[in-house]
Amino acid sequence: MHIIVCIKQVPDTKHVKLDEKTHTLIREGVESIINPYDMYALEEGLRLKDQFGGKVTVCTMGPPQAESALREAVTYGADETVLLSDRAFAGADTWATSYTLAKGIEKLGPYDLILCGKQAVDGDTAQVGPGIAERLSLPYVTWVRKIEEIKDGRMKVQRLMDDGYDRLELPLPALLTVVKEINEPRVPSLKGKMRAKNQKIQVFGVKELGVDPDQVGLQGSATQVVKVFPPPRLKERAWIEGTAESQVTQVLDKLNLLKVI
Amino acid sequence: MSLQTEIDGQKCIGCELCISACPFGALEMHEGIARVNDQCTLCGACADVCPEEAIFVPSLDEGQRPEDYCGVMIYAEQRLGKVAEVSYELLNKGRELADILKAPLSAALIGSGLSSSAESLLQYGADRVYMADHPSLEGFLDELYGEVLTRIIRLSRPEILLAGATAIGRSFIPKVATQIGTGLTADCTELSIDQGKRLLLQTRPAFGGNIMATIICPQKRPQMATVRSKVMKKGLPRPTGSGEIVRVDMDGNMPAPKTKLLEIVEEVTEKVRLAEADVIVSGGRGLQEGKHFAMIRELADLLNAAVGASRGAVDSGWISYAHQVGQTGKTVAPKLYIAIGVSGAVQHLVGMQSSETIIAINSDPHAPIFDVASYGIVGDLFEVVPEMIRQLKQKMH
Repeated sequence: MHIIVCIKQVPDTKHVKLDEKTHTLIREGVESIINPYDMYALEEGLRLKDQFGGKVTVCTMGPPQAESALREAVTYGADETVLLSDRAFAGADTWATSYTLAKGIEKLGPYDLILCGKQAVDGDTAQVGPGIAERLSLPYVTWVRKIEEIKDGRMKVQRLMDDGYDRLELPLPALLTVVKEINEPRVPSLKGKMRAKNQKIQVFGVKELGVDPDQVGLQGSATQVVKVFPPPRLKERAWIEGTAESQVTQVLDKLNLLKVI
Repeated sequence: MSLQTEIDGQKCIGCELCISACPFGALEMHEGIARVNDQCTLCGACADVCPEEAIFVPSLDEGQRPEDYCGVMIYAEQRLGKVAEVSYELLNKGRELADILKAPLSAALIGSGLSSSAESLLQYGADRVYMADHPSLEGFLDELYGEVLTRIIRLSRPEILLAGATAIGRSFIPKVATQIGTGLTADCTELSIDQGKRLLLQTRPAFGGNIMATIICPQKRPQMATVRSKVMKKGLPRPTGSGEIVRVDMDGNMPAPKTKLLEIVEEVTEKVRLAEADVIVSGGRGLQEGKHFAMIRELADLLNAAVGASRGAVDSGWISYAHQVGQTGKTVAPKLYIAIGVSGAVQHLVGMQSSETIIAINSDPHAPIFDVASYGIVGDLFEVVPEMIRQLKQKMH
């Protein structure tokens, strides 16, 4: 089985704090990590490789330093690594990103399955996975919480919905986006860490992918960010003090005003 | 001038294959040669079946021009025959945007057995409902719903398309946007119109809610956005009588989906769903033991609220993942969020800090949850919560 896992390098939000005044993330000195959801995609890919044999190729689009995310993926057991990097790719929205990734994947030869995390924790769009699938004319399922089985070129999966889950069957090749529930990622292996140091990272730019520069990066993006600002602050902030009984009485008054009760 | 499908009269052999392939009845025979009428949506089904390559369908991607698109359309989501609340919220917001643009408001409804749903969409403000009603559309499949919505958009050419940022909307709307060749903004919490440029200003939280970004789609149409539940207000129904229902013919040329829906399993047992709840009562590690979630559930019941949980509580196995609020769980923005024994790790805060009013109950006055709370109660939750339940019950009698 050839499994392609798409990952994104994002700032690590786990240890960051909110700036109390501006209400924005303090990003200084924040390390870069593999998007947490992509770790579940990678783990699922590695489990399928363990079960069926084959290889896991990890693919990312990003600046040259995104190479470290690919090396990290190797420490967990990824076999091949591809970095789509070019100045022309910068500033891409989900439309241009999915185009670029789809072009990169086309260059990787035949594959059985593409796995993505459900969304990246910086942009939170969840649009790139379905976008790649559409551009490659692949069937896809989002929010996959379990791969039940893969047999005779078909797979059964469970899709997490707002009110439960759906069971679906689809043929390979296909694309899945996965949620946290799907597995518990492994820890890096010593062998993997050794291998990661010497891993050869393929780098594809505009020329190697043979893409139209007008279709990638900021130039190729359908949407534009026109303004960025901190979220509005809450209107009212107050402590409710007193005995438990009096605190609760005050809270119920507030609930009354809010027409909750 | 608008885009048109062209038929080469020299090449056409009058086989009529295109006529049966057309889902919109947009082709007819005229003196032995196929002819296109104004029902054409440029879907390309005819060109795909023409053995003589006599049909040329212009690609919308190349020819689409903003002025060829008019009006606001909402995708009216339904699951198991029930229209999602967010669809009514979108109708109300859509009406406001359409009125500013002096343009019509339509809804696209896809599924099976939809007549009463379509009527209710008219009541809540739609001028027109495009209804694709077919047994094969009963369950949600990205491929089918994507194909159908793409056809409806090509048929009606709205300048704006809004859909709920739900599990369904966020799954297949990206496919539609890619198919049409336009931009899409995810999970918006604010929409307005730049009247001069006739552009939709789409504002959304990024970075887990710590930054707001306003996004536009200047060139491509429609301008598409998914919109978070409970952020827009639902309007009041109006008496029926105005508006029309347009049936989208789905008998001809439906693609055979590669994906099969085997089963739909409803799992969240609480009466109110997290994403649609006006009030959420959340429990965290401060509850100390799983059994104390009973208290949270009881309070939630009294307030007709949904039950949420911090990652800590879920990881401790006290409650299922479906209830998790935060970066790796659900992002919510109810009218009222009550956080009980939740310390407020940043991953939790980004999932709920857009709530209108936040009440936090915690024994530690330095807990970060108080940074985002409208009302902070420093106290022992094992005293405060039972007291709250007692007083609420008393009020009800």
